[in-house]
Amino acid sequence: MSSRTDILANIRRSLARKPRVTSQSPADRLAALRPGVQPSRGRLPADRRLALFMAEAVRADATAEAVASFADVPGRVAAYLARHNLGAALRVAPLTRRDNIPWSKQPLLTPDFGPPRPEDSVGVGAAFAGVAETGTLVIQSGPESPTRLNVLPPTHIVVLRASAIVGTYEDVWARLRTERASKDGPTMPRTVNWITGPSRTADIEQTLLLGAHGPQRLHILIVNDLKDTVADGGFERG
Amino acid sequence: MASPSETAKPSPHVALFVTCLVDLMRPSVGFAAIKLLEQAGCRVSVPEAQTCCGQPAYNSGAKADAQAIAKAVMKTFAGFDYIVAPSGSCAGMLRLHYPEMFAGDAAMEAEARAFAPRVYELTSFLVDVLGWKDVGTTHAGSATYHDSCSSLRELGVKAQPRRLLAEVAGLDLRESKEAETCCGFGGLFCVKYPEISERIVDKKVDDALATGAGTLLAGDLGCLLNIAGRLKRRGSPMKVRHVAEVLAGSEGAPIGEDSSVR
Amino acid sequence: MESTARSFKENAHHALGDARLTEALARLAHGFPARRRDAAARLPEFDQLRDAARDIKDHVLDNLDVYLDRFEKQVIASGGRVHWCRDAVEARDAILKICQAADARTVTKSKSMIGEEIAINDHLEAHAIVPVETDLGEYIIQLRHEPPSHLIAPAIHLSMDQVADAFRAHHTDLDPARPLVEPRALLDEARTRLRERFLKADVGLTGANMLIAETGSIVIVTNEGNADLTCSLPRVHIALASIEKIVPTLEDAATILRVLARSATGQEISVYTTFVTGPRRADDADGPEEFHVVLLDNGRSALLGSEFHEMLRCIRCGACLNHCPVYGAVGGHAYGWVYSGPMGAVLVPGLIGLPEAQHLPNASTLCGRCESVCPMRIPLPKMLRHWRERQHATHESPAIARAALKVWSFLARHPALYRAVFGLGVSFLASLGRRKGRFRWLPFAGGWTSVRDLPAPEARSFLLQWRQRNPGTRT
Repeated sequence: MSSRTDILANIRRSLARKPRVTSQSPADRLAALRPGVQPSRGRLPADRRLALFMAEAVRADATAEAVASFADVPGRVAAYLARHNLGAALRVAPLTRRDNIPWSKQPLLTPDFGPPRPEDSVGVGAAFAGVAETGTLVIQSGPESPTRLNVLPPTHIVVLRASAIVGTYEDVWARLRTERASKDGPTMPRTVNWITGPSRTADIEQTLLLGAHGPQRLHILIVNDLKDTVADGGFERG
Repeated sequence: MASPSETAKPSPHVALFVTCLVDLMRPSVGFAAIKLLEQAGCRVSVPEAQTCCGQPAYNSGAKADAQAIAKAVMKTFAGFDYIVAPSGSCAGMLRLHYPEMFAGDAAMEAEARAFAPRVYELTSFLVDVLGWKDVGTTHAGSATYHDSCSSLRELGVKAQPRRLLAEVAGLDLRESKEAETCCGFGGLFCVKYPEISERIVDKKVDDALATGAGTLLAGDLGCLLNIAGRLKRRGSPMKVRHVAEVLAGSEGAPIGEDSSVR
Repeated sequence: MESTARSFKENAHHALGDARLTEALARLAHGFPARRRDAAARLPEFDQLRDAARDIKDHVLDNLDVYLDRFEKQVIASGGRVHWCRDAVEARDAILKICQAADARTVTKSKSMIGEEIAINDHLEAHAIVPVETDLGEYIIQLRHEPPSHLIAPAIHLSMDQVADAFRAHHTDLDPARPLVEPRALLDEARTRLRERFLKADVGLTGANMLIAETGSIVIVTNEGNADLTCSLPRVHIALASIEKIVPTLEDAATILRVLARSATGQEISVYTTFVTGPRRADDADGPEEFHVVLLDNGRSALLGSEFHEMLRCIRCGACLNHCPVYGAVGGHAYGWVYSGPMGAVLVPGLIGLPEAQHLPNASTLCGRCESVCPMRIPLPKMLRHWRERQHATHESPAIARAALKVWSFLARHPALYRAVFGLGVSFLASLGRRKGRFRWLPFAGGWTSVRDLPAPEARSFLLQWRQRNPGTRT
């Protein structure tokens, strides 16, 4: 008997010893995709979601600033790098090209759109969404979004549209499903990264240190595009 | 919880479940409990056929023995309005574990479920059921209250003893940081694993001493014997008493101390 | 992993004498519980989420066969493979075969308790493959050849100088003049070393906090980001998980994630929560070419439907360890196998057998704090008692203790006899102890008096006094 058959048979035999405690069938549950208990603090109009997202991200030791448009991004990146005495070389996710960020406005910056390398010191990525309830960034892997970029460079800068800030985790899944439903393939990309603050460890005498293996700094640039969207458009369900 | 109308009933008939530790080690707690219940307007009886709630057997895995004892207890304590114990651990046993241990025996489980709601820990009975707080005793000095695990986590007893102690004239009640942490008694645990128990009770004692209080109070004699025993072994002058003693104004020697002087 | 659970008492004795361990455990007791309490207080829905999380796992366990089948289908559909393993031997071999097929020389690992359970590192080493733990705590204990002492803080038992010593012993080219007296310096040293390892590894082996049946995804949670490097750099990614890690949907995973970090470290959510579905897609910028899930039973299917069924809801947050007075006194190593604290005391007898783990269910005060903080509302004290019942039923508990219990329980059901025996004893002890109020030593009471005095009984028993004061009444 194969291990698979054996394990499944053992499970069925064991389960037969005991009455079920739940009534729903797996088929029904998978079809219903029922959201669970969603924290009320995440269920806000779009403008307040932005404020909550920033507050929570900062709580998790990220830094965040809102900018008026993508045109402001290069200037803010340059200023951030200068503040932290970091070099001007950037490893940029090709995905950000959709946003037409005018990097040439900051001639000192040297953005490179090639694959991430171990020696890169600053990575710039684009978020699929932000989640207000915990200040969490959601980044998908894809042809133009290498997942290594999230963890290799010691400084991680992420560009996020304010309109992509949702209230809760469930809102992320709803949006992901909607967007990927049109494509012929699995619901999920190879990797979905939820990132909340910079990397850390407390493994040495419970001392909290940032920058364990992933970045020591996480900076979020939120492009406030809310004026272009319906007041409470967002991606919130229900 | 009792409805307000119940508290208006004339003289509820209460059976005192003395508990085996109070019966054998600290009878004054039993008399203090009776005094408090009577002050609060109850008619108190002490069924003489009582011995122990069966917890040592139950927690040692001797379920059949525990069930036999539970049956005897329920028989002995049938017919009273309430059963009150000066112990969260024993009250918790009667209230929660009796119904649980008869799972699978429908008739006995039903009996235990009918029995359970009438069982109360002393301070919670006085406060929650009787709404009584006319303590009227005096105890000059400072004290800290240790929450026994069963009182706190099985019965939700936390505010009740503190509310009553607040009525004791002259008493300065000081909260310790780890009042909700186990004292390391754990029934037979403390004799099976004495070294581990010692470490746990030492932390408890350190935490109590850090309040600077002169007396440690609790509602369970198991904890009290353990804590008092460790305090005395460490040569500490901190006094240890059951909360009922202070509420009733008992004058005996503190637990583990010389009763010939005074 | 070899068990030393049988010598729990000796292990505990050793642990209690270890001053550095005592200090480390004091730090833990001051940190985690307060942070958990604050995190729970910040989220009004926390207890509701605990109920929801419990219900999810109850539903999964009721239908585990169906969900495992669905999960496998989805893994295959996204280009991955599932390897079903009945026990540690099968899991070790499955992993070795994948590594050998990939011509692997080094395997980077992110923390996996199942990896400890099957002792995968030893097996890989025996076949000339170098496993490298990448979680900082795991890396430290790998250098020291120790098992983890905590579910989420594996090196919690160590002090900074012990970590520095381990680095100096193994990083042989380390400049002896370089100071390693700050946690940051130690972290930098480890980060640099491990970066090289990450970049050269052929296979990345991770655990999985959850498996999502709906999509065939695995969920990995870390704070360091080491799992992300482990599963994105090498050509092959193997995820090692036990069968009960399944949840139905992405939404269900979200519910459980909301209680996981809050219960564990008191964070709102861990820094990195990564959902991995299959290998890299044809046009992806990066990611591994192969994705394998090694699915381990190792005794869990036998716990289903038993009185320990609910233990399979556990999500390994460590809250029960952080709040346990016994764990807080002796630490994790004393328990003698992979899992420690209350969850270990319930799970380990089920996985390695009750005779080997006989002490674990008994070394508890049943104080109930574990259950009160468990995000999955697992009735841990009740299950510890169930193991004791099994020991009693199979006569695995000491004969003398059973006999004493039998006599006592007989007396407890015969009040007159009970009173004659104990009443007499108490009166005798009371008269003996009246002068000092306590005993420093008594025959047959060594367990008690070895560490504390025994307060003397006040006088004759309550019931004897009561009868004397109320001669007429007989209730």
